[in-house]
Amino acid sequence: MAGYVLRRLFLIALVLAAVSLLVFTITSILPASVAHLILGPFAPPDQIKALEIKLGLNDPILLQYWRWATRFITGDFGESMLMNRPVAPILAEAIQRSATLTISAFTLVALVGVSLGVIAALRHNRPLDHAISVATYLGIAVPEFFWSIVVILVFAAYLGWLPASGYEPLSTGFWIWLKHIIAPTITLVFAHLAHVSRLTRSSMIEVLQSPYVTAARAKGLPERVVVIRHALRNALLPTITVLALDIGRLMGGVVVIETVFAYPGLGRLLVFSIQQRDLPTLQAAILVVAAIYAFANLLADLLYAWLNPKIRYGRTVA
Amino acid sequence: MAEQSPESTAIAPPRRPMSAQLKAGLLIVGTIVLLSLLAPWIAPHPWDTISIHTRFQPPSMTYWLGTDDYGRDVLSRLLMGGRLSLAMGIGATVISVLFGVPMGLAAGYFRGNVDEVLMRVSDVLMAIPAIMLGLLVLAVMPPALWKTAVAVGLVYVPLIARVARSVTLGLTNEEFVQAARARAENALYILFREILPNAWPPLIVEASLRVTYAILLGSALSFLGLGAQPPSSDWGLMISEARAFIDRAPWIALAPGFAMCLLVIGINLIGDGLREQLDPRLKGQIAKA
Repeated sequence: MAGYVLRRLFLIALVLAAVSLLVFTITSILPASVAHLILGPFAPPDQIKALEIKLGLNDPILLQYWRWATRFITGDFGESMLMNRPVAPILAEAIQRSATLTISAFTLVALVGVSLGVIAALRHNRPLDHAISVATYLGIAVPEFFWSIVVILVFAAYLGWLPASGYEPLSTGFWIWLKHIIAPTITLVFAHLAHVSRLTRSSMIEVLQSPYVTAARAKGLPERVVVIRHALRNALLPTITVLALDIGRLMGGVVVIETVFAYPGLGRLLVFSIQQRDLPTLQAAILVVAAIYAFANLLADLLYAWLNPKIRYGRTVA
Repeated sequence: MAEQSPESTAIAPPRRPMSAQLKAGLLIVGTIVLLSLLAPWIAPHPWDTISIHTRFQPPSMTYWLGTDDYGRDVLSRLLMGGRLSLAMGIGATVISVLFGVPMGLAAGYFRGNVDEVLMRVSDVLMAIPAIMLGLLVLAVMPPALWKTAVAVGLVYVPLIARVARSVTLGLTNEEFVQAARARAENALYILFREILPNAWPPLIVEASLRVTYAILLGSALSFLGLGAQPPSSDWGLMISEARAFIDRAPWIALAPGFAMCLLVIGINLIGDGLREQLDPRLKGQIAKA
């Protein structure tokens, strides 16, 4: 097992190195010159030339990459060109805010999604099952940005319960902070609930028909124990993998939702840095996302192995 | 579908009556495609004529879906936008198939180093969430809808390549491929004349589902301003532009939103239906995005 984890960590490092090279190459062919960005549109050409030389922008791209990567590894992410601050603390703040959003959405997706799936499976082919199926079908079909508009329309414009957008730090008061988080969280939950509940439903239906569940029922165990202790534990295996993968998918969803709700997290920082051509921020943000994504995938595989004793990584890996 | 393909592949579907799912899906998607294609002729009003007198009209007999902030008919814009959204989704899928299928075929057939390199490249591309990869590609150039299609297509290349690869892996040991090898046919011939015709069914299912995801992803990018440029607008941009008037005139955003939901539901129904048609064992299971 330890060998397997080490091997996977090594692969993650390789993938991240490749991602960084990719991102660096793409960003360095961006049309806007960095020197132009720093000095503004009316800077005299000789000043721009001087700054380009000072920043090493005329050096070969691999040399530039090497300089950037070595600094990056030591934790020096460079300075944001637009905000005139080091990237690291900006990124840390954004990650913290996005984490609040994604963790609360993720918890809700897991709890509500699994419950809905189990309920649908227990009411297999009855009206409630069909209702849940239709609802989750909608969840898959409706794009995140449309969900966000519906949420704003209902909760902000129509009911007036929540602010339409924005963010307030916790220091301004718990309720104000919470109010600004609810709407984006609900949107994320709507958009991601469907996969979890549909998968739980189908594996739960399969498990409920298996002989050992019949045996447990025949023993005279109460239905609650049969469902939760016996059936659900096994039915959750595929769900857990999908949930771990959902961490990555939520990172993608956050891009759109944070932009719509003007929520200053990682996703909005990314869109902002692309629109404003803030390269150091862009490079660091993409790498952080790729790292989270990669570790979420690793977590999914490890969780799966831990929960399912039939799978043992490391021994039979070719 | 391909009736005359050799039975040994076991992928070729036997004829089965269409399921209700498939029929419903085809009906929905067919209607939307037809309406979008006919848009210039059936649109009740010009889609881009600005008029100050007809701003923010709620749905009525004259304007079935109301008018927007420039006084333009929402229904006409919806129909024209449907053309763009569909074209973008299909264009993106075609691009991903054009690049992904040869990649997957080569990886599955040659294995070894070719496989290793191609799959590691796709690992790297898949390490970034699709929308961010799209953003990154679009960051390089000024936005236009066809560029969004290219970006989305490129994002999905590794996914299509994976499917093509796994199908090819299963087919390379088939007798007809070995026979072609024994005849000393060249690799290109074997890949495109022997393997590819037999690999189509799963690839078609995958591609038809990709169109949905392509439309969703492309609309999201459009929504962020990296797609169609005003005054023309696909459904993503329509929703984005309508955001500012959501409390005054919700119909401007709701119309393209519902249209998009309907389209995605339709394509999902077709995908589920086709999957069942091609492989009845999968009944009841669902696809991961």
